[in-house]
Amino acid sequence: MAKITFIEHCGTPHTVDVPEGTSLMQAAIGHNIPGIDADCGGAMTCGTCLVFVPPSWAEKLEARSEHERQMLEFSGKDAANARLSCQLIACPALDGLSVQIPESQG
Amino acid sequence: MTSDHSSTHRVVVIGAGHGGGNVVALLRQYGFGGPVTLIGDEPAAPYHRPPLSKAWLKGTASAQSLALKPADFYATQNITLRLGHAAEAIDRDTRRVALADGSSIDYDTLILATGAHARPLPLANTARPNVLTLRNMADADRLKHALGAGKRLLIVGGGYIGLECAASARALGADVVVVERAARLLERVASEPIAGFLRRHHERNGVRFALGAQIETIEGEEAASAVTLVDGRRFDCDAILVGIGAAPNTTLAEGAGLACDDGITVDADCRSSDPRIFAIGDVVRRPHPLYGRSLRLESVPSAMEQAKHAAAAIAGREPPHPEVPWFWSDQYDLKLQIAGLPFDADTVVVRGDPETGSFGVYHLRGGSVVTVEAINSPPDFFAGKKLIASGKTVAPVELADPAVPLNGIVA
Ligand SMILES: Cc1cc2nc3c(=O)[nH]c(=O)nc-3n(C[C@H](O)[C@H](O)[C@H](O)COP(=O)(O)OP(=O)(O)OC[C@H]3O[C@@H](n4cnc5c(N)ncnc54)[C@H](O)[C@@H]3O)c2cc1C
Repeated sequence: MAKITFIEHCGTPHTVDVPEGTSLMQAAIGHNIPGIDADCGGAMTCGTCLVFVPPSWAEKLEARSEHERQMLEFSGKDAANARLSCQLIACPALDGLSVQIPESQG
Repeated sequence: MTSDHSSTHRVVVIGAGHGGGNVVALLRQYGFGGPVTLIGDEPAAPYHRPPLSKAWLKGTASAQSLALKPADFYATQNITLRLGHAAEAIDRDTRRVALADGSSIDYDTLILATGAHARPLPLANTARPNVLTLRNMADADRLKHALGAGKRLLIVGGGYIGLECAASARALGADVVVVERAARLLERVASEPIAGFLRRHHERNGVRFALGAQIETIEGEEAASAVTLVDGRRFDCDAILVGIGAAPNTTLAEGAGLACDDGITVDADCRSSDPRIFAIGDVVRRPHPLYGRSLRLESVPSAMEQAKHAAAAIAGREPPHPEVPWFWSDQYDLKLQIAGLPFDADTVVVRGDPETGSFGVYHLRGGSVVTVEAINSPPDFFAGKKLIASGKTVAPVELADPAVPLNGIVA
C-alpha cells in the first residue's frame, strides 16, 4: 500500500491508498479523480494520464522506458517532470508521493 | 441549466459503453449531485472496446483490465446501474424511458450514448451462425471460439477492425484471407503510404488479400463453408468476419422524434433537438469546433471529448477546450496513431524510412499540417498533433528530413 496524493490543477488534493502493484492511473480512475482521462486504458497509446512528479521524487521512481520518453517528448508540458501515471506502479517506496495533474490532457 | 439543479435533478444515461461510462463519472467529477442512472443492454458494466479486436481476442488481456472502471466504482460514486435490459422507448412529454423488462425510469435530463452497430453484408441469404461481426464482448467471444490453429477465417473488409482481427487471428494460428472491395486497404481512413506498409506487413505475417474484390455468394447450408467472389475466386473457410463499417444506433432517438442525419444531430454542447436530451459518442453528428462542419466520429477520444462537453453543460461548467480528433490501431507489433481528419491535403510528407518500421506521414494544406499518421513513432504523432492544433506553417523539406529535429519544427 502507498499513500498517494493527486493534486488537481486548481489545487484540490486527493489522497488515496493505492494497493501495491496498482498503477497510479488505475487508482485515479477508481477514485474518480478529475483530470486523468486514460483514453487507452493503459496501453501506452494516448498520453492522457500525464502527471508531474516533484524532482525530489524522480530518482525513487523506476526510470521511464524509451517508449514513455518518446510519448512525453511533445506533450507540450514540462517534460522533465512529466510521467504517464499508467507506468507508475505503487510500491512502498512511493508512499507519500504527491503528483500534480495538468490543466488538461489534450 | 444548472442553477436549478438541486440534488433532485435526475440524469438518466442510455448506453453503458465508453461514452456512457465516462459521462456518469464526469458528472460526479464536475460536482453534479443529483441521482444518476446508467442503463445498458449488455450484461457487463462499461468496458474498453478497443481490446476486443486486439489483446482480448488474443487472450492477453484480463476481464479486470477491460473494465472501464473498477467494480465498486458505481456504488461508491452513487451511480445506479441498470444493466441487461435495453431501453425501448422515450416518452418526451412525460420524460420517461421504457425498458425491455417492462419497467420505466423518469428523467429530467437524458443522455443518449447508444453507440453504433456493425453493418451487415449487403447480400441476400448470408445469415449463418459462423458469419460474425464484432462490436461487443459477446461478439468477441464468438469470434474467439471460431479461431485457433489451422482454422480458416475469411474477413470481409480491409478496415481497422478487419486488419486488427487479421493480426490477432494470425497470432492464434488461424489462416486469414481478407476480401476488400476497394483497390487498397483503409481507403477512406488512411493514406496510401500507411495502407501499403500495413498490407506488406500483413503479407509477411501470412495474411492473404483479395483487393478490388466482392463477395458473390456464401456457400454452406447450416454454416458458411466457403465464399465465392464475383471474379470467380473461391475460398474455403470455417468462419467469416464481416467488418465493413458501423452505423449509428439511432432507432430510439428517431422513435422519439429527435433530429437525426446519419447520427443524432447535436450542437457543440452535445445537446439534441430536444434541450433536455444530450447525445454523445459514435451515435452523434456534431459540429466540430476545429473544422466548422458536422462530423460523426467513431473513436474513444471523441466519445470522451463529447462526454466532457455534455457533462460540463449539465453541471453548469465552462465547456472544455476543443481537442484535435485522433485514433489508434494496434496490429502485430505495430502501433498506428492518427491525428486530424483524412482531408484533402495538397502535400504529403513521409518522415523516416518505412523499411525501419517506424515513420510518420504528414499531410499539409496551405503549408500547415492537417493530419499526421505515425507508425511506431510517438514523436511524429505527438509533434504532428501539436502542429495541427497550432496551425503553424512548416517547411515540407524540413519535415521530410529526420536530421532536422522535430523540436525546432514544432516550437
Ligand atoms: C472491435 C473494436 C475495436 C475498436 N478499436 C478502437 C481503437 O483502437 N481506438 C479507438 O479510438 N476506437 C476504437 N473503437 C471504437 C470505440 O470503441 C468507439 O468509438 C467507442 O466505444 C464509442 O463509445 P460509445 O459510448 O459511443 O459506444 P459504445 O462504446 O459502443 O457503447 C454503446 C452501448 O450502448 C448500448 N446500447 C445501444 N442501444 C441501447 C439501448 N436501446 N438500450 C440500452 N443500451 C443500448 C450498446 O449495447 C453499447 O453497450 C473500436 C471499436 C470496436 C468495436
